[in-house]
Amino acid sequence: MGRRLALRGIALSYLTLVLLGPLAMVFWRVWEEGVGKAWTAISDPNTIHAFKMTLLVTAIAVPLNTVFGIVCGLLIVRRRFPGKGLVNAFVDLPLALSPVVVGLSLFLLYGRTGWFGPWLQQHGVQILFATPSIVLVTMFVSLPFVVREVVPMLRELGDTEEQAARTLGANGLQTFFRITLPSIRWAVIYGVILTTARCLGEYGAVAVVSGSIQGKTETATLRVQEEYENLNMAGAYGIALILAALGLLVLVVMLRVKPKEEAAR
Amino acid sequence: MVVALPIAALVWSSRSGGVSGSFWDAITNPEALAALKLTLAVAALAALTNAVLGTITAWVLVRDDFRGKSLVNATIDLPFALPTIVAGLVVLALYGPYSPIGVHLAFTRAAIWLALLFVTLPFVVRTVQPVLLELDTEMEEAARSLGASERTIFFRVVLPTILPGILSGVTMAFARAVGEIGAVTIISGNQPYRTEVASVFILNRSQAGDPAGAAAVAVVLLTISFVVLLAVGAIRHRATRYERG
Repeated sequence: MGRRLALRGIALSYLTLVLLGPLAMVFWRVWEEGVGKAWTAISDPNTIHAFKMTLLVTAIAVPLNTVFGIVCGLLIVRRRFPGKGLVNAFVDLPLALSPVVVGLSLFLLYGRTGWFGPWLQQHGVQILFATPSIVLVTMFVSLPFVVREVVPMLRELGDTEEQAARTLGANGLQTFFRITLPSIRWAVIYGVILTTARCLGEYGAVAVVSGSIQGKTETATLRVQEEYENLNMAGAYGIALILAALGLLVLVVMLRVKPKEEAAR
Repeated sequence: MVVALPIAALVWSSRSGGVSGSFWDAITNPEALAALKLTLAVAALAALTNAVLGTITAWVLVRDDFRGKSLVNATIDLPFALPTIVAGLVVLALYGPYSPIGVHLAFTRAAIWLALLFVTLPFVVRTVQPVLLELDTEMEEAARSLGASERTIFFRVVLPTILPGILSGVTMAFARAVGEIGAVTIISGNQPYRTEVASVFILNRSQAGDPAGAAAVAVVLLTISFVVLLAVGAIRHRATRYERG
């Protein structure tokens, strides 16, 4: 009994010291620095633009990655093709790779001296320091989440029902929309939630490619950094608080969806 | 298009201008070396801390029972849902200059370690927890009835079963810690040679117009990521070998 209580104590103090304590402090700090000052920073046009930018990028990246995730999951589980192992490895790469490296790769690809840079410049297409590059890096870092939820679900599902549908005369699309998609929908939804969280919170990759131009390419997370560097702590904490609230919202949705995904297995 | 091509550009540009020349110069640049060493050391320390405390946390969440356990369980995923820059600011709020508990760690290496603990906390817990849930307590009871001490039971019965989970969790936590920037950049102060980690070094170099220097360090991080993915793959392969027969 004593051992059990000791372990419980260790686990709970670890969580409090590392996770909950610091998080609770942010609310306290916003209060202490002054809600008015925090509000001034939050309602600043540049901040509002930064949040709009973040939402825009998320709104583009999440649907694209959802479609890609489902297609890629189906390919990995249901098909055999040369280079499948490689595809499998590349899908997981963003999970293990520093977002800064992701940003730098794009920077080198589309930059002035990069592979595509000169051609793009001649044709007047601006990728770096503009919305397209932010969307691209955000897609890169949030790529694995839907795939990784969908793949185990498809594996466990097997393809007997799909084959039954085929023998009854359903074509590929019908089989997908009537049989496959309904059975994997909770896995897809859970993956989408994780993707959204990652898109909203991306910092490192965006920091490299966006150029952090105020009122233009600055996203919400870059805005926090900007306020911090300008020593406007109330502002930094205020904007962070909104992002934290979004994160908590995501967490609540995650908790509601998770049991449904597990029940579907 | 999204993943492979940029990576190819990165590797190619790090070697442009002669492999032996510029790449080697850039990677043996004292500031780059210091940043890489610091990153690897602190990331390893954070991963090991999580190996021990994460396993304990997972054990408590599975075997123990107390009021509010489901709430505690829910908070584990918080670092996955929270933007990393917020994580950094959050750690600064408690352990920074205005710390209400009088602990002032901002701009030290200990602060980097704390920020990394925050973002990597879920990895070990979430890989060990499902294994513990499936672990049959009958084996432990059998060992106990045969006179094994609690310590023996843990090291001979429980640990071997959950070890693959711990290892793959630790490896992913390490990879995450090596690449982390958002949580670290605010609290570390980014002093070259002292608290500048590799990812911050890459960002600074790319912004200062030295993409080659940035690319060299980035290729090192990329290599680490590949090694980590291979290691995790191998661990999973070994762990499921018995199931596959």
